[in-house]
Amino acid sequence: MSDKPLAPAIAGWHTMAEEPHLIGSQCSHCNTYFFPPQYQYCRNPDCDSTDFHEVPLSRTGRIWSYTNACYKPPAPFVAAEPFEPYAIAGVELEQEQMVVLGQVVKGVTVADLKVGMPMELVLETLHETDADIKVTWKWRPLASAVKPVTGA
Amino acid sequence: MTNEIAIIGAGMHPWGKWGHNFVQYGVAAAREALADAGIPWRDVRFVSGGATVRCGYPGYVAGATFAQALGWQGAEVNTSYAACASGSQALAAARNKILSGACEVALVVGADTTPKGFLAPAGGYRPDDPDWVRFYLGITNPTYFALYARRRMDLYGDTLEDFAAVKVKNSRIGAKNPRARYRKCFSAEDVAASAMVADPLRLMDICATSDGGAALIVCSLDYARRIGKADAPRVAAISTVTPTFASGVVEMPDIATDSAAADGVQALSYRSSIPLKAYEEAGIDPRDVSLAEVYDLSTALELDWIEDLCLTPRGEAAAALRRGDTAIGGRIPVNVSGGLACFGEAVPAQAIAQVCELTWQLRGEAGDRQVKGAKVGITANQGLFGHGSSVIVKK
Repeated sequence: MSDKPLAPAIAGWHTMAEEPHLIGSQCSHCNTYFFPPQYQYCRNPDCDSTDFHEVPLSRTGRIWSYTNACYKPPAPFVAAEPFEPYAIAGVELEQEQMVVLGQVVKGVTVADLKVGMPMELVLETLHETDADIKVTWKWRPLASAVKPVTGA
Repeated sequence: MTNEIAIIGAGMHPWGKWGHNFVQYGVAAAREALADAGIPWRDVRFVSGGATVRCGYPGYVAGATFAQALGWQGAEVNTSYAACASGSQALAAARNKILSGACEVALVVGADTTPKGFLAPAGGYRPDDPDWVRFYLGITNPTYFALYARRRMDLYGDTLEDFAAVKVKNSRIGAKNPRARYRKCFSAEDVAASAMVADPLRLMDICATSDGGAALIVCSLDYARRIGKADAPRVAAISTVTPTFASGVVEMPDIATDSAAADGVQALSYRSSIPLKAYEEAGIDPRDVSLAEVYDLSTALELDWIEDLCLTPRGEAAAALRRGDTAIGGRIPVNVSGGLACFGEAVPAQAIAQVCELTWQLRGEAGDRQVKGAKVGITANQGLFGHGSSVIVKK
């Protein structure tokens, strides 16, 4: 166990609360959401707004698709030694009508996932530095919707 | 008034992992294309290069680099970069030049020397670059291909055996292509025995990166007539259209799609928009296509492209594959060059190589790989951020 402080791997893209949210931006004119958040220009071709506000995104959604990483990605990914494969999911947020990719929490494999399955956003370690533990958003099957994961 | 140009020369340096300077491959391909056209280098008045971003400055100004290597002779130059679609954009630049009357003959050329393993992003701490972000979060190129593949399985009932069958089909025909890098016939068992990379895709489902070079000599129809090549294959369409907001498919290297939350906005996929424009521009119906060269970055992606090109209804490409429709001798042969499965990807050369294959097929010069009576061919490939290109070549 490490007693290092937790820090977001990328600052400003999610809250650090127990029930975390991704932090997106929303166009104040046409309501289009953006993640990662951006405040400079609206990508809706029928909107030239420069007026945006910060907005928490839905923390649950349904799986659009999923896979895993069996091999260690190159830098800037920081891999644990030995490398442990992890699952990845694209999750469709209903209100925002967008898909957001992220790792799936440790202990859940592709065999546990299915297109359409409800998922929720949580925080988990991405890697450690000398100073802190970098956490990021990950997707986890909604507890009420799936069978418990063996051994977890 | 026609928007067509003629393809009078095609050439390629064989694909492989040769480790030479990329310029060498481009020059070899260009010289072969010139010899194929039977015209002198000095007749080429426009050199349109596909850029490579992995070989330093000579790659960024590839058009000038190739022109210098072939011998400065006063031609105008251009360089296009659009990742995997670079070659099509270079071809589009040449077509514009010819159709505007600014030149009669152009060389289109692309070549690359690739590093081993995963393609990695530029360094530093750069969260404003989506390519950096996704690698930091552990999302590589095969992740995207696997997400699309898994969706096919869960939505259409495609199987691992279907994906393996794409590899088997392409390896069988690619083994007969002297320009391909991998020329071994693989079995379904070989695919199943290869390592899982990104479930459901195994190593042999995913294309490698290769060294290679490809070139075309294109010209006005008038010039082609004057040198006795009035019946040369013609470029009937080049489509490089962007998708329409909001793109509903997560595209490399983004970590999220557009949002379709605004009023009147619909989530769309880009792959289906590119071919529609190509068919419209060429005035050709998908039913009239004799063969297709599509971007099989993964085996499963070949099936997606077949549907995007309207060669089968959505969700039915695997059934067509099982019937043998997409093999040589079938209703609509796909990737008779062997595809990326047998070539591996040489980014700025690949879209040009696809057109080289169509050129030889439409001339009836493809030997053991010949699609009988080929009259119309279509290519499709993808760049980054959900754009790509499609080219139609006809007799």
